[in-house]
Amino acid sequence: MNATRVSYTLDSSLESVNKAEETANDIATKSGFESEEVQRISMAVREAAVNAVLHGNSYDPRKKVHIAFETTPSALTITIRDEGKGLDTEEIPDPLAPENLLKQSGRGIFLIRAFMDEVRFRNMEPGTEITLIKKLSGDSRDGKEASQ
Amino acid sequence: MTMKASTRQVDGITIIDLSGRITLGEGSVVLRDTIRDSVGQGVKKILLNLGDVTYIDSSGIGELVSAYTTVRNQGGELKLLNLTKKVHDLLQITKLYTVFDVRDDEAGAIRSFK
Repeated sequence: MNATRVSYTLDSSLESVNKAEETANDIATKSGFESEEVQRISMAVREAAVNAVLHGNSYDPRKKVHIAFETTPSALTITIRDEGKGLDTEEIPDPLAPENLLKQSGRGIFLIRAFMDEVRFRNMEPGTEITLIKKLSGDSRDGKEASQ
Repeated sequence: MTMKASTRQVDGITIIDLSGRITLGEGSVVLRDTIRDSVGQGVKKILLNLGDVTYIDSSGIGELVSAYTTVRNQGGELKLLNLTKKVHDLLQITKLYTVFDVRDDEAGAIRSFK
């Protein structure tokens, strides 16, 4: 099976969030996803990168964000790891609950789950690793092959 | 692309035209400051024109919610105008589409304010 993997180590900054989003956009496009799916993937990556920089590393310049993109003919897998104190996914409130609907924050992970096929969290002690998987549908693969 | 906000008055309604990206950082701050300035000047009726907003993330959505509650808490009304498909879809997914009064025609939106 052909697999291509690229990885980056980024500072805990908003520039890193933008870089992660732009890279996701480029790689998802090259992988053959349709434009709407590309937007969803890059937004999920942006949200995960924001969580890593803001909530994980708290903008600490000594802490890094590690991001890897792996493409295979069947899926794009993105892994984002921070060096923060960890995340308890059980404690994330449901942003759709009536009492949370008008809260300013708390929608990032919900959107990631809505936009990706599979989302996994791993406590790295220290840090949190989130894995985002988007499967390439048969139609997308056919389209890519046809355009080559 | 950074976000820009410009404010105009039509028939007693303050229309804020937004363009660019409303994301964590500069975009969200511009929106927050613009709303804060308007509310600080006693403005009660605000129409946020999102027609030229190219991208919004969860922070931007949070800023829209914050704008809505800030204006409402001052006894005012804030409505949204000209959602792009992307923003529309995000508000649907997050169940906020039913919270906001969303309009797609400026003249009609202006008339809808009490």
